[in-house]
Amino acid sequence: MISLSNIYKSYQTGQSTLQVLKGIDLEIAQGEMVAIMGSSGSGKSTLLNILGILDEADQGKYVLDNTLIENLSERKAALYRNRFLGFIFQSFNLINYKTALENVAMPLYYQGLPRKERIEKANYYLEKVGLADWATHLPGELSGGQKQRVAIARALAADPKVLLADEPTGALDSATSYEVMELVRKINEEGKTILIVTHENDIAQMCKRLVHLKDGVIIEDKLVQSQSPKEYV
Amino acid sequence: MFDRDRWEEIFQTIAKNRLRTFLSGFTVALGIFIFVILFGLGNGLKNTFQEFFLDDATNIIRLYPGNTSKPYKGYKTGRNIQFTNEDVEAIEKAFPQYVDYLTVRIYRNGEVRYGTHSNSYSVRGTSPEHLFAENTIIMKGRYLNYSDIANAEKHAVIGRLVEKDLFEEEDAIGKYIRIRGSTFKVIGVFQDQAGDNEERNIYAPYSTVQLLDGGHEYVDQIIVAFKPTLSYGTVLMFAEELNKYMRERLIIHPDDNGGIYLRNVAKDYQQNQQFATVLQIIVSFVGLGTLIAGIIGISNIMVFVIKERTKELGIRKALGATPSSIIGMVLQESILITIVSGYLGLMAGVGVLSWVGDTLKPYFIRNPEIDLGTALGATIILIICGGIAGYIPARRAAKIKPIVALRDE
Ligand SMILES: Nc1ncnc2c1ncn2[C@@H]1O[C@H](COP(=O)(O)OP(=O)(O)OP(=O)(O)O)[C@@H](O)[C@H]1O
Ligand SMILES: [Mg+2]
Repeated sequence: MISLSNIYKSYQTGQSTLQVLKGIDLEIAQGEMVAIMGSSGSGKSTLLNILGILDEADQGKYVLDNTLIENLSERKAALYRNRFLGFIFQSFNLINYKTALENVAMPLYYQGLPRKERIEKANYYLEKVGLADWATHLPGELSGGQKQRVAIARALAADPKVLLADEPTGALDSATSYEVMELVRKINEEGKTILIVTHENDIAQMCKRLVHLKDGVIIEDKLVQSQSPKEYV
Repeated sequence: MFDRDRWEEIFQTIAKNRLRTFLSGFTVALGIFIFVILFGLGNGLKNTFQEFFLDDATNIIRLYPGNTSKPYKGYKTGRNIQFTNEDVEAIEKAFPQYVDYLTVRIYRNGEVRYGTHSNSYSVRGTSPEHLFAENTIIMKGRYLNYSDIANAEKHAVIGRLVEKDLFEEEDAIGKYIRIRGSTFKVIGVFQDQAGDNEERNIYAPYSTVQLLDGGHEYVDQIIVAFKPTLSYGTVLMFAEELNKYMRERLIIHPDDNGGIYLRNVAKDYQQNQQFATVLQIIVSFVGLGTLIAGIIGISNIMVFVIKERTKELGIRKALGATPSSIIGMVLQESILITIVSGYLGLMAGVGVLSWVGDTLKPYFIRNPEIDLGTALGATIILIICGGIAGYIPARRAAKIKPIVALRDE
């Protein structure tokens, strides 16, 4: 599903160049649930942004679902994000003047689906994350966990190939975090490929594979005995 | 552009972001409103001005007699010059190639009475041609004619306000009034664009006035109307020649500042036209300035709007919005707001102008108005500039990488 080879990425800050990713090779198959761990500043978000076509690598080859991601126009990039990728952010990134339902329907709007179908699908995914009763509420009226679940529904709505989550539980307390992770695992069990950036060990342990980044290289890549969040509660 | 979903999206953002909508809408509405008001008031000023000068015919040279201030050919200084009927005939004979028509005025102020009503009015002894010189408008009855002059008829043409004062609701035509002790028949009532003062005059045949004064032949003013086809240069030359001719005829020193006065209305008119042009330029500048201020205002607000929306646009991009859909959305929203608020500002401005109407007449502003073409043109310019002002930051926002936009707080 995902194939990275020899990915380099650096940031220019003033005079100096900060080399963040120094040759990443990574293969992720359909249906995997991968945790990306590492200390702060190790390049986790940078890697995820490249995977999400939100940013571009300086060097290296990225193939997503048999499509080479290279020198994309903004238009093409938008199209691929819309078709292939679902995002879950630490700070939720919901549009605050739109209701939960409208937020979930957003990617469908950019897919060009007719209104009726959008509403139908959005309702289906809201129900899936257990927020059917909150459809008409604005993000401001929801708790952190609820917001993240709306964001998950939104990420799922377009039925992407891959879900990318950058510290999805970073803004949540542990009980809520586990609820969210439970949901994510359920989605993975239905066959979706999922990548989660986290620096929390317990969250990483709920995934099936763990990739450890340090100073821009992968220092460890192992399968984990996936634990259910229920065991932590 | 006509995508229903897009419009729904736009109506929603407009409805849910009231402050933003209000700010940009208000700037445009205010800009157009002030433009319309200032332009209208400027036009009002121009109207007043033109009315002053377009009231009377402009192909006119007026001659007034006075006292000489230089001895000449045996005459002492301080001699009182008087014009006579013969002078008028002489001018007509001397300058047939220039003269369109001639007329005279004899001024007499006096008590005018009808029944129990009486009042003091200025009575002008004149001839039929005076109608054209003064642009007198006959409301009813008729003006003086040649038979009135030839027979020295005691006929009077009275101003609209004279009729109102003396006759109240009654019809003055055919009635007899007493002017300075003599009975005159009212044969006409007139209006004059110059307003109230002019409408408190009474016109009578000059021959009648001369006869009642004891049969002299003097006139107080000679009005020479030159042919309207003459060039301005020819008119100046003619005025010069006329002056010389009259000085020779009445034996006045060529360099005497007194004795005879000549006022060339054409010359005044020429200067006034220049002043009107300057006024027009000032009005246009004020309008342009307002418009530019409006454009700067809407540009600033568009920059602010896009800044405020950076994160939202980043989210939309992460979810699959293409740059062109981002630009289209922002632009369509701003154009919709500018059109609606531009229209409101326009209507408000035009409304206020028509409500003000002639109430500012004491301040020399008469009938302030703006032609629809100018008003619509200004609105369209503001809409287009608002669009351009929105396009530049929208394009920049659409180009920002989504991660940068998402980081924006
Ligand atoms: N846009 C940028 N410009 C300059 N430097 C950047 C930029 N984004 C990230 N960096 C730097 O690159 C390095 C890696 O950043 P990244 O966000 O990938 O780290 P991270 O592993 O996600 O850390 P954290 O756990 O704190 O989120 C950091 O040192 C960061 O300061
Ligand atoms: Mg990070």
